[in-house]
Amino acid sequence: MIAVGDPSRAARFPWEEGVFWLVLAAGFWLWPKHLALAGHVLIAGLFALSYDLILGYAGILSLGHAAYFGLGAYTAGLLAQHGWGEPLSGLLAAGCCAALAGFLTSFLVVRGQDLTRLMVTTAIGLLLFELANRLSSVTGGVDGLLGIEMAPLLGAFRFDIYGRTAYGYCLAVTFVLFLCVRRLVRSPFGWSLRGMRDNPGRMLALGYPVPHRLIAVYSVSAAIAGIAGALLAQTTQFVSIDVFSFNRSAEVMVMLIVGGAGVLYGGLVGAAVFTLAYHYLSSLNPVYWQFWLGAFLIAIVLFGRGGVLGACVRISRMWRERRREPAAQP
Amino acid sequence: MRATWGGCEPVPAASGTSMIASLLGVLFDGLAYGMLLFLISVGLSVTLGLMNFVNLAHGAFGMLGGYLCALAMARWNVPFLAALPAAFAAAALAGLLLERLLYRRFYRRSHLDQVLLTIGLTFMSIAAATFLFGPQQQALRLPESLSGQFNALGVDLNTYRMFLLAVGLVLTAALTLVLERTRFGAAVRAAVDNPRVAEALGIRVGLVFQIAFAAGCGLAGLGGALGVEVLGLDPVFPLKYMVYFLLVVAVGGTSTLKGPLYAALLLGVADVAGKYYIPQVGAFIIYAMMVILLIVRPQGLVSRS
Repeated sequence: MIAVGDPSRAARFPWEEGVFWLVLAAGFWLWPKHLALAGHVLIAGLFALSYDLILGYAGILSLGHAAYFGLGAYTAGLLAQHGWGEPLSGLLAAGCCAALAGFLTSFLVVRGQDLTRLMVTTAIGLLLFELANRLSSVTGGVDGLLGIEMAPLLGAFRFDIYGRTAYGYCLAVTFVLFLCVRRLVRSPFGWSLRGMRDNPGRMLALGYPVPHRLIAVYSVSAAIAGIAGALLAQTTQFVSIDVFSFNRSAEVMVMLIVGGAGVLYGGLVGAAVFTLAYHYLSSLNPVYWQFWLGAFLIAIVLFGRGGVLGACVRISRMWRERRREPAAQP
Repeated sequence: MRATWGGCEPVPAASGTSMIASLLGVLFDGLAYGMLLFLISVGLSVTLGLMNFVNLAHGAFGMLGGYLCALAMARWNVPFLAALPAAFAAAALAGLLLERLLYRRFYRRSHLDQVLLTIGLTFMSIAAATFLFGPQQQALRLPESLSGQFNALGVDLNTYRMFLLAVGLVLTAALTLVLERTRFGAAVRAAVDNPRVAEALGIRVGLVFQIAFAAGCGLAGLGGALGVEVLGLDPVFPLKYMVYFLLVVAVGGTSTLKGPLYAALLLGVADVAGKYYIPQVGAFIIYAMMVILLIVRPQGLVSRS
């Protein structure tokens, strides 16, 4: 039994995690020509992290998480378009806006079971897509939101064409939010979420306010998704109506499953694998990409429980056991 | 792939100028459209409603039927009425194969796994259809006897939509008979009510579900073939109408055939009326209706007992 909510354990930062983030920080020198792509990976990873909170930890099945991503993107985009180009306050506004939307819609979501949740979240996503589509005078409709002018980050770093500032910005925001989520899921609150995922009835019987906690985590997750959307809007200086699309909701689910749900790094790893595979396969042929994506999904549910990280854990466990065996024999 | 979420853009068949005529025309179109939705979704009410299996790939079977019908007519000059049973057979066969190969392993898995499996299948079907037939809409040339309009009670009605309504009613009656009057129907109902007891009584539950699943897929294929004219047919068909199919089942409930039928007809009329009278709002009505209905009646309109 792991000590639940033990602060010394929660605060510990193992060296593997340090290496992970140092490699990302070294990205400026490791992949200087692909910083824009790497920034997209980080944004997708942050989005997947937010989705991990509700799916991996709280067990809420959703196919409409792009709603909050899109809300954040449009909030930041519209603010910048109307002259408020300061990035950090735009980010904050987007997070608040998405959190509010997440809070309001969470009452609809937490009521039902898997199927009802799936359909309600899908409908919320499609509703917002339609809304953005119909309010084309504000959102630009299918043409997208143009004319976003960003002020320099912290008044010093301009968003350059090579994406250096954008990459550093995405990395810093992702890292900070990652630490917050890491702290959250290792708190008693986070452990109670896992309990609700595995056995909501028992948690209710134990006296946990299940709906309240689900509403709370859903709002937090929406806020992070909104910030991820805002990062996309600010770094690309464009918002396409695509941010609300059903595909984006499905893709974030795929990323998380590819990486591994319910383990913090799953979303980031999944986003990297997914985005790189997308760039490679869709450059061959966009149609093939969708075919292989589908085949890959089926293969994962058939054979690869736990995604990439789950496979890593299994391999490392096998390796450790093999190392232990020869030591035990003599 | 960019799915447009507008649903179909039905062209009201009524050309009458008066308010009443347009109202009747919309009602008629909505009913025909709803009947199609019912035919495609009724199989889903077996998998989703009865077997509690989240099957998001159901539309893919409809698409298969549609493409087979369009292809058979265009390439091999098969008459429309002969292509329809072929569409049913092909989709049922595909359903049978996939049930044995994939679906069966997932009956006891989590809903998340079922969602992932069926989204994967949907993506593969979309890619395969784009690869084989291209991204464009497929057209179908209806036989002379089914195209055009005829006049009834002073309203011009589209012959094909009348045909759709007739086919839908006949099939609904047949399905009701099978489910309520035959031994197989009793076995299905027993298997759904309590699979363990049904198994103990000697009903081969697995086989019953397999046949029901295949028949549901076949009906979806038939609906897809019938719907080329009304719903359109392109590779994103399974995603475009996914919400509609899910909605029919969720709103209709699963205890009887009546629930999904009423839900589909209601949905059809609401969608056509919404797009005809308030086109600015578009598909908004359907999604809003979906959220409200799911919140107010989570058990469906016609709930079980």
